[in-house]
Amino acid sequence: MEENKYEGLNLPNYNIPEDIQNVVSVTTIDRLYNWGRRWSVWPLMFGLACCAIEMIAAQASRYDMARFGMEVMRPTPRQADMMLVSGTVTKKMLPSIIRLYNQMPEPKYVVAMGACASSGGPFKEGYNVVAGIDKFLPVDVYIPGCPPTPQALIAGMIKLQEKIDKQSIKKVRWYEKGKVDSNYVPMPILGPDLIDVRRSAEFEAAAVKKEGVA
Amino acid sequence: MTAPASTLTLDLVSASLVARFPDFVTADARPGFSGFIVKKENLVEVATALRDEFGFDLLSSVTGVDYLAENKMEVVYHAHRTTGGPGLVFKVQAERVDPVEVPSLIDVWAGADFQEREAWDLLGIKFTGHPDLRRILMWEGFEGHPLRKDYKEAFFEEETKPYKSRWPEGNHTYAEFKNPFRDNLNLPENFSLDNYQPQTEDQLYFSLERSSQKHDVGREKEMGDHMVVNMGPHHPSTHGVLRVAVELNGETITSLKPVMGYLHRNHDKIGERNTYLQIMPYTDRLDYFNSMANNFGYAIAVEKLMKIPVAERAEYIRVIMTELSRIQNHLIFIGMLINDMGSMYTPSLYAFEERELILDIFEAVSGARMMCNYFRFGGVVRDVPEDVLRKIKDLVHDRLPAKTDEMERFLNENEVLVARLKGIHVLNAEEATHHSVTGPCLRAAGVPYDLRRADPYSVYDRFDFDVAVRYNGDMYDNYLIRFDEIRQSLRILEQALKQIPGGPINSQKPQYQVRVPAGEAYGRVESPKGELAYYVVSNGKPNPYRYHVRAPSFVNLTAVETMCKGVKIADFVVLLAMLDIVMGEVDR
Amino acid sequence: MYGKGILKGLGVTLKRFADTYLDDISWWLQGRKRYYTQEGIAHRSSKNTRGIFTVQYPEEQLIQPEEFRYVPFLVYNEGAEGKKEVRCTSCGICAKVCPPQCIWIVRTNDPNTGKPVPEPKNFYIDMDICMNCGFCAEYCPFDAIKMDHDFAIASYGRNVYNLEKLLKPASYYAEIRPLNYVKEEDARKAKEAAKAAKAEAAA
Repeated sequence: MEENKYEGLNLPNYNIPEDIQNVVSVTTIDRLYNWGRRWSVWPLMFGLACCAIEMIAAQASRYDMARFGMEVMRPTPRQADMMLVSGTVTKKMLPSIIRLYNQMPEPKYVVAMGACASSGGPFKEGYNVVAGIDKFLPVDVYIPGCPPTPQALIAGMIKLQEKIDKQSIKKVRWYEKGKVDSNYVPMPILGPDLIDVRRSAEFEAAAVKKEGVA
Repeated sequence: MTAPASTLTLDLVSASLVARFPDFVTADARPGFSGFIVKKENLVEVATALRDEFGFDLLSSVTGVDYLAENKMEVVYHAHRTTGGPGLVFKVQAERVDPVEVPSLIDVWAGADFQEREAWDLLGIKFTGHPDLRRILMWEGFEGHPLRKDYKEAFFEEETKPYKSRWPEGNHTYAEFKNPFRDNLNLPENFSLDNYQPQTEDQLYFSLERSSQKHDVGREKEMGDHMVVNMGPHHPSTHGVLRVAVELNGETITSLKPVMGYLHRNHDKIGERNTYLQIMPYTDRLDYFNSMANNFGYAIAVEKLMKIPVAERAEYIRVIMTELSRIQNHLIFIGMLINDMGSMYTPSLYAFEERELILDIFEAVSGARMMCNYFRFGGVVRDVPEDVLRKIKDLVHDRLPAKTDEMERFLNENEVLVARLKGIHVLNAEEATHHSVTGPCLRAAGVPYDLRRADPYSVYDRFDFDVAVRYNGDMYDNYLIRFDEIRQSLRILEQALKQIPGGPINSQKPQYQVRVPAGEAYGRVESPKGELAYYVVSNGKPNPYRYHVRAPSFVNLTAVETMCKGVKIADFVVLLAMLDIVMGEVDR
Repeated sequence: MYGKGILKGLGVTLKRFADTYLDDISWWLQGRKRYYTQEGIAHRSSKNTRGIFTVQYPEEQLIQPEEFRYVPFLVYNEGAEGKKEVRCTSCGICAKVCPPQCIWIVRTNDPNTGKPVPEPKNFYIDMDICMNCGFCAEYCPFDAIKMDHDFAIASYGRNVYNLEKLLKPASYYAEIRPLNYVKEEDARKAKEAAKAAKAEAAA
């Protein structure tokens, strides 16, 4: 089967030929699957800092994220689809965030809300601040702003929905064979400073070199 | 204008204090500084006298300053009277040797507890006699004391802002590339993960009652059933990333320790690098519900240092904005309290509606909903347009009173709510002052201490309002006092809107580099959470030498152990909500 | 009577519930549209709002006040033949005043003399550090950097904007901040007139 020929079917607003309009309904498994997922992205009930207040405001009556199927804030990561990293990620908090992320079942998404979650933001230079959650977790959508207004947050959520739309059930990582925990992130260690164990060898080399310089 | 409630003026106190302890109390003679320097060895004695003989029953703030050039550390104490009047500042100096030792004042004022731990954590000042001197904001095992002047963080670029690399040859580079580890990381020399033993949290658990008495043979059986539960840092009802280690006997709390620092964003360290003006937007992010009140306190502190007046119209605008901010804060408090009690959504959604309308006003005058950055030294950044003033009037005269009434009708007599709240003790007056609790919690315990009246700042002395106070000190009173405060704020707003004069909105020319003479200042305001104060030390340079925030949420948390011992775990969540903490302010 | 308080509270929710429909009906009877119109959105943000409070972004959008600020952008004047006359002179005040130091400016130097030319060679703003404080716009002496109203800028990657991405025409600025624009233009004209008068007097 020529795959390319049917690729357009996955995108919204696919043009059905005029002669068969109102006769057949064309869809693909992908579209059905993505349609179901895009309207039921349940966020993890999880707030870090100032942005969390805007997140709550977006859930409240004026902006009402329920219109997007995102009102069901799950306190447990086991039932959540999306982690909205809403605020400054500190080194002390990071192990907890990663533990939560590892507990979330696939498919899971990470949205970095605001400057702090994206790259450390105004607090980047601080000694207790992680310079962006994307150092540890795969971030799907970045929302700039300090804090993003609820409308900006919803705009970011729409961006996430668009991303979901483009995914194909054949290629998504969570159905790939032999890759059950493809997104497992090892826990960082709170030592003299925060240590990413994946990069520990690199750090040790740099630490030795640092002494050599001194 | 109200006369200060105290009978002894500050000058009289100074005179009699020096007369009482001639050998070890001297006045601080540095230009721009005030208060006394007390000899280290006699600190507890002097402090006890201050509390018992001079009536300074509330310890407002404890913080340290690192004078690297003079090779000494200074601990600065600010004490106040709950009867009102200006505060008293006294200091202790210690040699900058390792470790720096200063006697702890925890037995005189229990409110010193967390603040001393913070000074130990960030500045490495060891308070001898403190029973539980652990790190509080950073984790055990973290290397270095970050607020010391010789500590350099991983992304350190220059001592002060603005950085030279930004202009004129400002080719963008990520801060990571300048660090040998390519990350925000500072490892000791020759570090190796293989032979590193991470510190456990034993110390935290040993500080709980059960563990400390584990070896007590007689009680072993009795304590055997106790269970330690960690609530947070990811917990839906701890108002952010607070963690509490709770020891339970069945459902009753026998001991608990709050663990914070999960949102420690290094305000003080970043602030000391910023210029005076650059700190202003950072203060927004302390208590992110009330950026206006945060701006206010900082502006007052710097204006005190600069000795500049504030434009008359700006004073009124400041009061209007802060009181609006107080109203929305209390509304959210009520909504969130009910949320914590299990009635999700409806009341908090009602509260959020009014909040949105108030935020619309903030957005119209300052440009942002939450992070207003509205105040400047000597005034505010821009005038309130006539149509926005009209809108504020509409809200204050029509909508907010009606909606507050509706909220009270909605909730106050609800039997479930009353059953949950009434008769559950929060704090009495003595406990509250001893633990330096301020704000609505103190007033609900029967102490009419409100800075707007006790030590009036800005133009608060021109308004006719009552200090909301209730006397039972239970949860229901703590809840009702928020409604009282909303009503008083509305009263202030009505008068302020009537009296607001025309004229300029800033006494100074707009300038991004202000000249601040050397000295110290302690600017304090009554934020909706309690007494918010900024301690700023200037050495005449464009950046503050020391910038410290006395955050009400942080200090109020000191009392949480006293509050919660012996209550049921379900009530603990509500008790914590009563303190109305915001983690941005607790951890800074 | 036990339960009276609960009933009272339920009365409030019932009233709110009824308001939802009553308000819709009264608008319908008056022949006005409550949804998807500017009038309706303005009403929902006014003190008289009752009933449904939601503004259904993205179909509807809140009316933004003029002072609303999100991220900064650079203003250019539209010259002849679509030439972009960048207002910025790369004086560096915004980079100096920026609290998180997220503005990076490369100044242009004249290739012959080596002296600085009042035009930026490049201009970067790290939007992932920017704290939207508005200081850059506030202290810019040339009205060259302004705060944007556009907030729908979420992306799939980090956001470091360069000169090209930052530039927006003055007409756009006039559109989002009409009052400020007029004020600034008047001030500029007055200044120019004063300068001209001075030059004339000197001549």
